[in-house]
Amino acid sequence: MIAEECVYERPTGLTAAHTHYCPGCTHGIAHRLTAEALEELGILERTIGVASVGCSVFAYNYIACDFVGAAHGRAPAVATGLKRVLPDRIIFTYQGDGDLASIGLGEVLHAAARGEQITVIFINNAIYGMTGGQMAPTSPPGMVTTSSPGGRDPQRTGYPVRVCELVAQMDGAAYVARRSLHNPAEIRRAKKALRTAFECQMNGRGFALVELLSTCPTNWGMTPVDALHWVEERMIPVFPLGEFKGGER
Amino acid sequence: MARELLKGNEAIAEAAIRAGLDAYFGYPITPQTELLEYLARRMPELSRAFVQAESEVAAINMVYGAACAGKRVMTSSSGPGISLMQEGLSYIAGAELPAVVVDVMRGGPGLGNIAACQSDYFQMTRSAGHGDFRPLTLAPATVQEAIDLTGLAFDLAEQYRMLVILLIDGNLGQMMEPAELPSFRQNVSATPEWAVDGAEGRPQRIITSLYLQPEALERHNLNLQKKLAIIAEREQRFAGLYLEDADLIVVAFGSAARVAQNAVEAARARGMAVGLFRPITLSPFPMHALAHLAPRARAFLAVEMNAGQMVEDVRLAVAGRAPVRFYGRLGGVEMLPDEVLRAIEQAMRDTRVTTNGARILNAEVRR
Amino acid sequence: MVRGRIIVDTERCKGCGLCVAFCPKGVVHLAASLNAAGHHPAQLRDPDGKCTGCTICALVCPEAAITVYRTFSVKASVSAGGVCALEAAS
Ligand SMILES: Cc1ncc(C[n+]2csc(CCOP(=O)(O)OP(=O)(O)O)c2C)c(N)n1
Ligand code: SF4
Ligand code: SF4
Ligand code: SF4
Ligand SMILES: [Mg+2]
Repeated sequence: MIAEECVYERPTGLTAAHTHYCPGCTHGIAHRLTAEALEELGILERTIGVASVGCSVFAYNYIACDFVGAAHGRAPAVATGLKRVLPDRIIFTYQGDGDLASIGLGEVLHAAARGEQITVIFINNAIYGMTGGQMAPTSPPGMVTTSSPGGRDPQRTGYPVRVCELVAQMDGAAYVARRSLHNPAEIRRAKKALRTAFECQMNGRGFALVELLSTCPTNWGMTPVDALHWVEERMIPVFPLGEFKGGER
Repeated sequence: MARELLKGNEAIAEAAIRAGLDAYFGYPITPQTELLEYLARRMPELSRAFVQAESEVAAINMVYGAACAGKRVMTSSSGPGISLMQEGLSYIAGAELPAVVVDVMRGGPGLGNIAACQSDYFQMTRSAGHGDFRPLTLAPATVQEAIDLTGLAFDLAEQYRMLVILLIDGNLGQMMEPAELPSFRQNVSATPEWAVDGAEGRPQRIITSLYLQPEALERHNLNLQKKLAIIAEREQRFAGLYLEDADLIVVAFGSAARVAQNAVEAARARGMAVGLFRPITLSPFPMHALAHLAPRARAFLAVEMNAGQMVEDVRLAVAGRAPVRFYGRLGGVEMLPDEVLRAIEQAMRDTRVTTNGARILNAEVRR
Repeated sequence: MVRGRIIVDTERCKGCGLCVAFCPKGVVHLAASLNAAGHHPAQLRDPDGKCTGCTICALVCPEAAITVYRTFSVKASVSAGGVCALEAAS
């Protein structure tokens, strides 16, 4: 006798909309994992997302919860405003590396320092995707971008900002993890980190941030598969994976 | 409730609380800081949200967030801080969120000084940020009026889903005056149908100011303009003194209007037919009422604590039908009634009505 | 023995090839045809029934375009503790 079971289907936490992302862009994976985590934890209907300015500016079209759009870099402040007046709702931000690590570094660090009960999902693709591929504060040394055409030269443009390591310094940060989306095993760990981060907020433990190393095949000038290799070879040495705070000991 | 001696900044803070303020986010800056300090004590007492933000940039974005939840929310600042907030003010306007911002003006440009000044009239009436919009701007002249307009500010913000600015200067903020506070408002309004609070049992809600298609953004802007037109029609407010028979009409708002009023009284005592027109809404500017006075007055004199900003709105209202003069002090220099009286006397000497009814400056005749 | 199959939402698929690259059984390919958006969508080509329903293709898909099914013989599922399969069969 034969029986068939559906073992994976598109999460209800995603809307029916087709994304505007380039083929192979791992923003889509991060969206899906976020939606799955919200759905599995049963919090989708009491969650409010804060979208940022970057390629994920339309995150609200894809993740099926209430959403507000924040100004470039300001999502943690917007999330603070929301959480302070809606303390029993789950509030998360979804931000790129230009958004969070450059223009919005102050907002995310202070939200962490205050121990705001919010969850920050930080997509580090080492580049300004939306504006066409300029150097980001997270671009590894040597990386060629439209604003570092000879490759990022630390002598002139400084060094990459390691956000997790910074945020973990804040006493108000309860959970800080860096994961990657470059292979199935890491994607599973990324999902687990997102769940832990949301649980952290549900249990009132404090500020949580999950950094996800992500790809931008378009502006990196690579095929989607090569881009995943590049994450492994060029990003992970600069941005080591792991739980920096509040993980399982 | 009894009248008590109240300081402007603190009176506004308490009036906001009584109007149902759910959340306040701010950053210290003179001459506004008492507002923040007062609310730092009072809001937690009432289990309401208070955050001293890391910057005005963060503060206004916290305001944006809380406003998205449909809550009564406020911030306060002064020149340099308001400049930092402009991006957020624009987002609030674009997303049509209700929010109240208290701007206690100080001297500028740059770091300027902390003396009372009115040099941010343009900033707070024209757009207060990028894009096609104007805030609704209220300018009280007494502590009592500041209290009353604070309550009104929240009502207007909610009614029109609109950014409302309460524009005062350091004098009024620091001034102690007898005034009466209203009682606490009881009716806690339900979550508005546009606000986000989790999509349980209803479709997802999205609050954004992003309209990528030009046609869609044009439609959105036309709707904003329609709303502004309705507000301009309904919400023009002003106060007048001796306007019935005034030859010369002094136009002034806020602290400058208090000085101007003293000067107008003194002029009246000397037999001059001078009146005072005091705009209470700076945006929308009380065009109708002022335009109505234009054919009857011999001249207008705008008195401001700046280099001449509101005077442009006066000229727009008067539309060339009478001479418009300006008197102002800059940089936070205290303006005295005597100086204004001299400006009134000068304006009276310089203007006359010709036999055919045209009002002209004598100086122009001489030339 | 556990068998699987996948269904690709071909209009959602952007032909990025991540599922193709990561399928451990090599049974996912990009079609020669184009979808409405101009992408070559992924499709299962599994004449020998190698797909195990491992869900790796769905895990790496940025468009959440893949649904995965697993087929059990009931006997095998009982020994594997496959309660769902039993329920589905009854
Ligand atoms: C105040 C402000 N400055 C600049 C911009 C232009 N801008 C839009 S997106 C962006 C960078 C986005 O990069 P990132 O946050 O890394 O997101 P990604 O597109 O890479 O996902 C910039 C600079 C803006 N919208 N607002
Ligand atoms: S530009 Fe880069 S980050 Fe943006 S959608 Fe395309 S691949 Fe993704
Ligand atoms: S379920 Fe596993 S074996 Fe089947 S197509 Fe997908 S990746 Fe390949
Ligand atoms: S991973 Fe998804 S989008 Fe990419 S080719 Fe496969 S099914 Fe299509
Ligand atoms: Mg980026």
